[in-house]
Amino acid sequence: MNPKEYSEKERALYSGHSSCAGCAMPVVTRSALASASEYNIVASAATGCLEVTTTIYPTSSWGVPWIHNTFENAAATISGVESAYKALSRKGKINKKYKFIAFGGDGGTYDIGLQSLSGALERGHNFLYICYDNEGYMNTGGQRSSASPFGASTTTSPAGTVHKGKEQWRKDLMKIAVAHNIPYVAQATIGNWPDMTMKFKKGIETNGPAVVVVLSPCILLWHIKPDEANTVSRLAIDSCFWPLYEVINGRYVLNYDPGKRKKPIEEFMKPQGRYKHLFKPENRHIIDFIQKRIDEEWEELKRRAEFDKAYIKSNSESEKQGRN
Amino acid sequence: MTIKNVKKRWKDIPIGGVIVEPKTSLRNKTGNWRVQKPVFHPERCIHCMLCVPYCPEDAFIVEDGKLKGINYDYCKGCGLCASVCPVKAITMEDENVEQENDEK
Repeated sequence: MNPKEYSEKERALYSGHSSCAGCAMPVVTRSALASASEYNIVASAATGCLEVTTTIYPTSSWGVPWIHNTFENAAATISGVESAYKALSRKGKINKKYKFIAFGGDGGTYDIGLQSLSGALERGHNFLYICYDNEGYMNTGGQRSSASPFGASTTTSPAGTVHKGKEQWRKDLMKIAVAHNIPYVAQATIGNWPDMTMKFKKGIETNGPAVVVVLSPCILLWHIKPDEANTVSRLAIDSCFWPLYEVINGRYVLNYDPGKRKKPIEEFMKPQGRYKHLFKPENRHIIDFIQKRIDEEWEELKRRAEFDKAYIKSNSESEKQGRN
Repeated sequence: MTIKNVKKRWKDIPIGGVIVEPKTSLRNKTGNWRVQKPVFHPERCIHCMLCVPYCPEDAFIVEDGKLKGINYDYCKGCGLCASVCPVKAITMEDENVEQENDEK
Protein backbone atom coordinates (compact mmCIF):
# COMPACT_ATOMS: atom_id res chain seq x y z
CA MET A 1 0.00 0.00 0.00
CA ASN A 2 1.35 3.43 -0.87
CA PRO A 3 0.29 6.72 0.75
CA LYS A 4 -2.00 7.56 -2.20
CA GLU A 5 -3.94 4.33 -1.82
CA TYR A 6 -4.08 4.93 1.91
CA SER A 7 -5.48 8.44 1.47
CA GLU A 8 -8.45 7.06 -0.48
CA LYS A 9 -9.39 4.52 2.17
CA GLU A 10 -11.82 5.16 4.97
CA ARG A 11 -10.07 5.27 8.32
CA ALA A 12 -11.05 2.96 11.12
CA LEU A 13 -9.57 5.07 13.93
CA TYR A 14 -11.10 8.52 14.00
CA SER A 15 -9.95 11.98 15.09
CA GLY A 16 -10.61 13.33 18.53
CA HIS A 17 -8.58 10.88 20.56
CA SER A 18 -6.43 12.34 23.30
CA SER A 19 -2.94 11.02 22.56
CA CYS A 20 -0.07 13.49 22.85
CA ALA A 21 0.64 15.72 19.85
CA GLY A 22 3.03 13.88 17.56
CA CYS A 23 2.52 10.44 19.09
CA ALA A 24 3.36 7.62 16.69
CA MET A 25 0.89 5.13 18.15
CA PRO A 26 -2.25 6.37 16.28
CA VAL A 27 -0.19 6.29 13.08
CA VAL A 28 0.66 2.64 13.69
CA THR A 29 -2.91 1.70 14.60
CA ARG A 30 -4.56 3.54 11.71
CA SER A 31 -2.08 2.11 9.20
CA ALA A 32 -2.66 -1.40 10.54
CA LEU A 33 -6.44 -1.07 10.25
CA ALA A 34 -6.13 0.50 6.78
CA SER A 35 -3.86 -2.28 5.48
CA ALA A 36 -6.51 -4.80 6.54
CA SER A 37 -9.42 -2.77 5.19
CA GLU A 38 -10.52 -5.41 2.66
CA TYR A 39 -11.60 -7.61 5.54
CA ASN A 40 -14.08 -7.19 8.37
CA ILE A 41 -11.94 -6.59 11.42
CA VAL A 42 -12.42 -7.20 15.12
CA ALA A 43 -9.78 -5.52 17.28
CA SER A 44 -8.83 -5.94 20.89
CA ALA A 45 -6.46 -3.81 22.90
CA ALA A 46 -4.49 -4.26 26.05
CA THR A 47 -4.58 -1.52 28.66
CA GLY A 48 -2.12 1.17 27.74
CA CYS A 49 -1.87 4.46 25.90
CA LEU A 50 -3.96 3.18 23.01
CA GLU A 51 -6.88 2.09 25.16
CA VAL A 52 -6.78 5.13 27.43
CA THR A 53 -6.58 7.75 24.70
CA THR A 54 -9.02 6.31 22.16
CA THR A 55 -11.88 5.42 24.48
CA ILE A 56 -12.53 8.27 26.87
CA TYR A 57 -15.96 7.46 28.26
CA PRO A 58 -18.54 8.05 26.76
CA THR A 59 -16.74 8.46 23.43
CA SER A 60 -14.85 6.04 21.23
CA SER A 61 -12.54 6.68 18.28
CA TRP A 62 -12.92 3.22 16.83
CA GLY A 63 -14.85 2.48 13.67
CA VAL A 64 -14.45 -1.30 14.02
CA PRO A 65 -15.74 -3.64 16.76
CA TRP A 66 -13.31 -3.24 19.63
CA ILE A 67 -12.85 -5.07 22.90
CA HIS A 68 -10.83 -4.12 25.92
CA ASN A 69 -10.01 -6.51 28.69
CA THR A 70 -7.52 -6.35 31.53
CA PHE A 71 -3.88 -5.45 31.01
CA GLU A 72 -2.55 -8.94 30.31
CA ASN A 73 -5.42 -10.27 28.23
CA ALA A 74 -5.35 -8.75 24.74
CA ALA A 75 -4.15 -11.98 23.13
CA ALA A 76 -6.36 -14.21 25.31
CA THR A 77 -9.44 -12.11 24.53
CA ILE A 78 -8.89 -12.11 20.79
CA SER A 79 -8.24 -15.85 20.79
CA GLY A 80 -11.59 -16.35 22.55
CA VAL A 81 -13.33 -14.15 20.00
CA GLU A 82 -11.67 -16.03 17.17
CA SER A 83 -12.74 -19.41 18.59
CA ALA A 84 -16.33 -18.18 19.01
CA TYR A 85 -16.31 -16.92 15.43
CA LYS A 86 -15.09 -20.32 14.18
CA ALA A 87 -17.76 -22.16 16.16
CA LEU A 88 -20.58 -19.86 15.02
CA SER A 89 -19.54 -19.94 11.38
CA ARG A 90 -19.41 -23.75 11.54
CA LYS A 91 -23.03 -23.68 12.70
CA GLY A 92 -23.89 -21.27 9.90
CA LYS A 93 -24.81 -18.38 12.18
CA ILE A 94 -22.15 -16.04 10.75
CA ASN A 95 -21.60 -15.87 7.01
CA LYS A 96 -19.21 -12.91 6.79
CA LYS A 97 -15.45 -13.39 6.86
CA TYR A 98 -13.64 -11.78 9.76
CA LYS A 99 -10.02 -11.10 10.64
CA PHE A 100 -8.70 -10.44 14.12
CA ILE A 101 -6.11 -7.96 15.34
CA ALA A 102 -4.84 -7.50 18.89
CA PHE A 103 -2.98 -4.36 19.89
CA GLY A 104 -0.70 -4.16 22.89
CA GLY A 105 1.89 -1.77 24.20
CA ASP A 106 5.26 -3.01 25.33
CA GLY A 107 4.08 -3.25 28.94
CA GLY A 108 1.10 -5.34 27.89
CA THR A 109 3.23 -7.52 25.63
CA TYR A 110 6.79 -7.85 26.94
CA ASP A 111 5.93 -7.94 30.64
CA ILE A 112 2.37 -8.42 31.77
CA GLY A 113 0.77 -10.03 28.73
CA LEU A 114 3.62 -12.34 27.80
CA GLN A 115 2.01 -15.53 29.05
CA SER A 116 -1.34 -14.88 27.37
CA LEU A 117 0.44 -13.98 24.12
CA SER A 118 2.54 -17.13 24.40
CA GLY A 119 -0.59 -19.22 25.00
CA ALA A 120 -2.43 -17.71 22.04
CA LEU A 121 0.56 -18.26 19.74
CA GLU A 122 0.96 -21.84 20.90
CA ARG A 123 -2.73 -22.64 20.35
CA GLY A 124 -2.36 -21.34 16.80
CA HIS A 125 -5.31 -18.96 16.59
CA ASN A 126 -5.66 -17.10 13.33
CA PHE A 127 -4.89 -13.55 14.41
CA LEU A 128 -2.38 -10.73 14.11
CA TYR A 129 -0.75 -9.33 17.23
CA ILE A 130 0.68 -5.82 16.92
CA CYS A 131 2.93 -4.56 19.67
CA TYR A 132 3.58 -0.81 19.54
CA ASP A 133 6.78 -0.62 21.48
CA ASN A 134 7.40 2.76 23.12
CA GLU A 135 9.93 1.26 25.51
CA GLY A 136 8.33 1.87 28.87
CA TYR A 137 5.08 2.32 30.79
CA MET A 138 4.57 5.74 29.22
CA ASN A 139 0.87 5.99 30.10
CA THR A 140 1.59 5.96 33.85
CA GLY A 141 4.61 8.25 33.80
CA GLY A 142 7.48 6.42 32.19
CA GLN A 143 8.39 3.50 34.43
CA ARG A 144 10.91 1.01 33.09
CA SER A 145 9.62 -2.04 31.26
CA SER A 146 11.61 -4.99 29.99
CA ALA A 147 11.55 -3.27 26.60
CA SER A 148 13.36 -0.16 27.87
CA PRO A 149 16.81 -0.06 26.33
CA PHE A 150 20.08 -0.26 28.25
CA GLY A 151 21.20 3.07 29.69
CA ALA A 152 17.89 4.88 29.26
CA SER A 153 16.79 7.01 32.18
CA THR A 154 13.24 6.16 33.28
CA THR A 155 11.33 7.16 36.40
CA THR A 156 12.06 3.84 38.13
CA SER A 157 15.64 3.61 36.85
CA PRO A 158 16.69 7.27 36.97
CA ALA A 159 20.17 8.38 36.03
CA GLY A 160 22.18 9.67 38.97
CA THR A 161 25.65 9.51 40.44
CA VAL A 162 25.60 5.74 41.13
CA HIS A 163 23.20 4.28 38.56
CA LYS A 164 23.36 5.38 34.96
CA GLY A 165 19.87 4.56 33.75
CA LYS A 166 18.53 1.07 33.14
CA GLU A 167 21.16 -1.57 33.83
CA GLN A 168 19.70 -4.52 31.95
CA TRP A 169 19.65 -5.23 28.25
CA ARG A 170 16.22 -5.10 26.63
CA LYS A 171 14.19 -8.26 26.10
CA ASP A 172 14.15 -9.61 22.56
CA LEU A 173 10.48 -10.29 21.88
CA MET A 174 11.23 -11.32 18.30
CA LYS A 175 13.24 -14.32 19.45
CA ILE A 176 10.52 -15.31 21.94
CA ALA A 177 7.86 -15.12 19.22
CA VAL A 178 10.06 -17.03 16.75
CA ALA A 179 10.56 -19.77 19.35
CA HIS A 180 6.83 -20.55 19.12
CA ASN A 181 7.37 -21.71 15.51
CA ILE A 182 4.62 -19.46 14.16
CA PRO A 183 4.32 -18.62 10.46
CA TYR A 184 5.05 -14.90 10.57
CA VAL A 185 7.02 -12.60 12.89
CA ALA A 186 8.28 -9.18 11.84
CA GLN A 187 9.89 -6.06 13.20
CA ALA A 188 8.97 -2.65 11.80
CA THR A 189 8.89 1.03 12.66
CA ILE A 190 7.05 4.12 11.47
CA GLY A 191 10.33 5.49 10.04
CA ASN A 192 9.77 3.22 7.05
CA TRP A 193 6.03 3.44 6.47
CA PRO A 194 5.68 1.33 3.28
CA ASP A 195 7.69 -1.47 4.89
CA MET A 196 5.51 -1.32 8.01
CA THR A 197 2.21 -1.55 6.10
CA MET A 198 3.64 -4.37 3.94
CA LYS A 199 4.32 -6.30 7.13
CA PHE A 200 0.83 -5.62 8.53
CA LYS A 201 -0.66 -6.87 5.27
CA LYS A 202 1.46 -10.02 5.30
CA GLY A 203 0.55 -10.58 8.93
CA ILE A 204 -3.18 -10.26 8.35
CA GLU A 205 -3.07 -12.58 5.34
CA THR A 206 -1.10 -15.24 7.20
CA ASN A 207 -3.15 -18.30 8.03
CA GLY A 208 -2.23 -18.68 11.68
CA PRO A 209 -0.77 -16.45 14.36
CA ALA A 210 1.41 -13.52 13.32
CA VAL A 211 3.30 -10.99 15.43
CA VAL A 212 4.53 -7.56 14.29
CA VAL A 213 6.62 -5.53 16.73
CA VAL A 214 6.66 -1.82 15.87
CA LEU A 215 8.96 0.78 17.39
CA SER A 216 6.72 3.74 18.16
CA PRO A 217 8.54 6.75 19.65
CA CYS A 218 7.03 8.38 22.75
CA ILE A 219 7.27 12.15 22.59
CA LEU A 220 6.91 12.86 26.26
CA LEU A 221 9.24 10.37 27.90
CA TRP A 222 11.87 9.88 25.25
CA HIS A 223 12.14 13.67 25.64
CA ILE A 224 12.01 14.42 21.92
CA LYS A 225 10.29 17.22 20.04
CA PRO A 226 6.74 16.52 18.76
CA ASP A 227 7.84 16.45 15.12
CA GLU A 228 10.78 14.08 15.65
CA ALA A 229 9.00 10.72 15.82
CA ASN A 230 9.79 9.97 12.20
CA THR A 231 13.41 11.13 12.20
CA VAL A 232 14.25 9.29 15.43
CA SER A 233 12.78 6.03 14.19
CA ARG A 234 14.68 6.43 10.92
CA LEU A 235 17.87 6.81 12.97
CA ALA A 236 16.91 3.66 14.88
CA ILE A 237 16.86 1.78 11.56
CA ASP A 238 20.08 3.30 10.26
CA SER A 239 22.02 2.73 13.49
CA CYS A 240 20.81 -0.91 13.57
CA PHE A 241 19.23 -0.36 16.98
CA TRP A 242 15.98 -1.52 15.35
CA PRO A 243 16.83 -3.58 12.25
CA LEU A 244 13.97 -4.27 9.85
CA TYR A 245 13.57 -7.99 9.35
CA GLU A 246 10.91 -10.64 9.21
CA VAL A 247 10.88 -14.33 10.05
CA ILE A 248 8.71 -16.36 7.68
CA ASN A 249 8.20 -19.97 8.78
CA GLY A 250 11.33 -19.78 10.91
CA ARG A 251 13.53 -18.35 8.15
CA TYR A 252 15.08 -14.91 8.64
CA VAL A 253 14.71 -12.32 5.87
CA LEU A 254 16.50 -8.98 6.19
CA ASN A 255 14.43 -6.14 4.70
CA TYR A 256 16.94 -3.33 4.92
CA ASP A 257 20.70 -3.27 5.27
CA PRO A 258 22.21 0.21 5.72
CA GLY A 259 25.61 -1.19 4.66
CA LYS A 260 28.26 1.52 4.61
CA ARG A 261 25.74 4.15 5.67
CA LYS A 262 25.30 2.45 9.06
CA LYS A 263 25.30 5.22 11.64
CA PRO A 264 26.86 5.13 15.11
CA ILE A 265 24.40 4.62 17.97
CA GLU A 266 25.12 8.13 19.32
CA GLU A 267 23.16 9.63 16.44
CA PHE A 268 20.08 7.73 17.55
CA MET A 269 20.65 8.70 21.19
CA LYS A 270 21.53 12.34 20.70
CA PRO A 271 18.01 13.76 20.05
CA GLN A 272 16.58 11.88 23.02
CA GLY A 273 16.61 13.42 26.48
CA ARG A 274 16.48 10.04 28.20
CA TYR A 275 20.08 9.38 27.08
CA LYS A 276 21.34 12.86 28.05
CA HIS A 277 23.44 11.59 30.98
CA LEU A 278 25.41 9.23 28.72
CA PHE A 279 26.97 12.14 26.86
CA LYS A 280 28.96 13.24 29.90
CA PRO A 281 32.66 12.39 29.38
CA GLU A 282 32.78 9.95 32.34
CA ASN A 283 29.94 7.84 30.88
CA ARG A 284 31.60 7.31 27.51
CA HIS A 285 32.25 3.63 28.29
CA ILE A 286 28.48 2.96 28.48
CA ILE A 287 27.95 4.20 24.93
CA ASP A 288 30.90 2.10 23.78
CA PHE A 289 29.39 -0.96 25.48
CA ILE A 290 25.99 -0.36 23.82
CA GLN A 291 27.66 0.16 20.44
CA LYS A 292 29.63 -3.08 20.82
CA ARG A 293 26.59 -5.11 21.76
CA ILE A 294 24.41 -3.64 19.01
CA ASP A 295 27.13 -4.43 16.47
CA GLU A 296 27.28 -8.01 17.76
CA GLU A 297 23.51 -8.43 17.49
CA TRP A 298 23.50 -6.90 14.01
CA GLU A 299 26.29 -9.21 12.84
CA GLU A 300 24.45 -12.21 14.24
CA LEU A 301 21.24 -11.16 12.48
CA LYS A 302 23.10 -10.70 9.20
CA ARG A 303 24.69 -14.15 9.56
CA ARG A 304 21.30 -15.76 10.15
CA ALA A 305 19.72 -13.92 7.22
CA GLU A 306 22.64 -14.89 4.97
CA PHE A 307 22.35 -18.53 6.01
CA ASP A 308 18.58 -18.62 5.50
CA LYS A 309 18.85 -16.84 2.16
CA ALA A 310 20.88 -19.74 0.79
CA TYR A 311 18.37 -22.18 2.27
CA ILE A 312 15.33 -20.37 0.80
CA LYS A 313 17.07 -20.19 -2.59
CA SER A 314 17.96 -23.88 -2.68
CA ASN A 315 14.47 -24.75 -1.45
CA SER A 316 12.75 -22.74 -4.19
CA GLU A 317 15.10 -24.25 -6.81
CA SER A 318 14.35 -27.77 -5.68
CA GLU A 319 10.63 -26.94 -5.77
CA LYS A 320 11.00 -25.77 -9.36
CA GLN A 321 12.84 -28.94 -10.29
CA GLY A 322 10.16 -30.99 -8.59
CA ARG A 323 7.50 -29.29 -10.69
CA ASN A 324 9.42 -29.87 -13.90
CA MET B 1 -18.26 17.66 25.83
CA THR B 2 -19.06 18.63 29.38
CA ILE B 3 -20.80 16.59 32.02
CA LYS B 4 -23.81 18.94 31.84
CA ASN B 5 -24.63 17.76 28.32
CA VAL B 6 -25.04 14.18 29.50
CA LYS B 7 -28.65 13.87 30.53
CA LYS B 8 -28.57 10.12 30.83
CA ARG B 9 -29.78 8.49 34.01
CA TRP B 10 -28.12 5.35 35.29
CA LYS B 11 -30.81 3.19 33.74
CA ASP B 12 -30.02 4.57 30.28
CA ILE B 13 -26.36 3.63 30.43
CA PRO B 14 -25.60 0.28 28.73
CA ILE B 15 -24.67 -2.64 30.99
CA GLY B 16 -20.99 -2.61 31.84
CA GLY B 17 -20.58 0.97 30.60
CA VAL B 18 -20.10 -0.31 27.06
CA ILE B 19 -19.74 2.42 24.43
CA VAL B 20 -22.31 1.39 21.81
CA GLU B 21 -21.80 4.17 19.25
CA PRO B 22 -18.65 4.13 17.10
CA LYS B 23 -16.73 7.27 16.02
CA THR B 24 -18.14 9.35 18.88
CA SER B 25 -14.73 10.86 19.65
CA LEU B 26 -15.31 13.17 16.68
CA ARG B 27 -17.14 15.30 19.26
CA ASN B 28 -13.85 16.02 21.06
CA LYS B 29 -12.34 18.91 19.15
CA THR B 30 -8.65 18.65 19.95
CA GLY B 31 -7.67 21.67 17.87
CA ASN B 32 -7.36 23.92 20.92
CA TRP B 33 -4.28 21.96 22.06
CA ARG B 34 -2.28 23.61 19.32
CA VAL B 35 0.69 25.90 19.97
CA GLN B 36 2.04 25.95 16.43
CA LYS B 37 -0.12 25.48 13.39
CA PRO B 38 0.74 23.89 10.07
CA VAL B 39 0.10 26.08 7.04
CA PHE B 40 -0.55 24.35 3.73
CA HIS B 41 0.88 25.88 0.56
CA PRO B 42 -1.10 24.31 -2.32
CA GLU B 43 1.15 25.80 -5.00
CA ARG B 44 4.14 23.75 -3.78
CA CYS B 45 2.25 20.51 -3.11
CA ILE B 46 2.99 17.54 -5.39
CA HIS B 47 0.16 15.44 -3.87
CA CYS B 48 2.42 12.58 -2.83
CA MET B 49 0.14 12.13 0.23
CA LEU B 50 3.04 11.20 2.48
CA CYS B 51 1.71 13.53 5.18
CA VAL B 52 -1.67 11.77 5.28
CA PRO B 53 -0.60 8.47 6.87
CA TYR B 54 1.86 10.26 9.15
CA CYS B 55 -0.80 12.51 10.68
CA PRO B 56 -1.66 11.08 14.12
CA GLU B 57 -4.95 13.00 14.13
CA ASP B 58 -6.06 12.13 10.59
CA ALA B 59 -6.61 15.86 10.03
CA PHE B 60 -5.92 16.08 6.29
CA ILE B 61 -8.72 16.77 3.85
CA VAL B 62 -8.31 14.76 0.65
CA GLU B 63 -10.72 15.10 -2.26
CA ASP B 64 -10.42 13.22 -5.58
CA GLY B 65 -6.79 12.25 -4.95
CA LYS B 66 -5.75 15.83 -4.20
CA LEU B 67 -4.77 17.32 -0.89
CA LYS B 68 -7.17 20.15 -0.12
CA GLY B 69 -6.19 21.35 3.30
CA ILE B 70 -5.95 20.72 7.02
CA ASN B 71 -8.82 20.24 9.42
CA TYR B 72 -7.95 22.64 12.23
CA ASP B 73 -10.73 21.26 14.41
CA TYR B 74 -8.55 18.26 15.25
CA CYS B 75 -4.95 19.20 14.33
CA LYS B 76 -2.82 19.26 17.49
CA GLY B 77 0.05 21.03 15.72
CA CYS B 78 2.75 18.40 16.24
CA GLY B 79 4.55 19.22 13.00
CA LEU B 80 5.09 15.61 11.95
CA CYS B 81 3.54 16.43 8.54
CA ALA B 82 5.98 19.30 8.00
CA SER B 83 8.90 17.02 8.91
CA VAL B 84 7.97 14.33 6.36
CA CYS B 85 6.98 16.68 3.52
CA PRO B 86 9.59 16.33 0.73
CA VAL B 87 8.85 19.72 -0.90
CA LYS B 88 8.14 21.82 2.21
CA ALA B 89 4.53 22.45 1.20
CA ILE B 90 3.62 22.50 4.90
CA THR B 91 5.29 25.01 7.20
CA MET B 92 4.82 25.52 10.92
CA GLU B 93 3.82 28.94 12.21
CA ASP B 94 3.00 30.22 15.65
CA GLU B 95 -0.69 29.87 16.40
CA ASN B 96 -1.39 33.41 17.57
CA VAL B 97 0.68 35.43 15.08
CA GLU B 98 -2.34 36.49 13.04
CA GLN B 99 -4.30 37.51 16.11
CA GLU B 100 -1.43 39.67 17.36
CA ASN B 101 -1.16 41.36 13.98
CA ASP B 102 -4.89 42.08 14.04
CA GLU B 103 -4.60 43.68 17.46
CA LYS B 104 -1.82 45.98 16.28
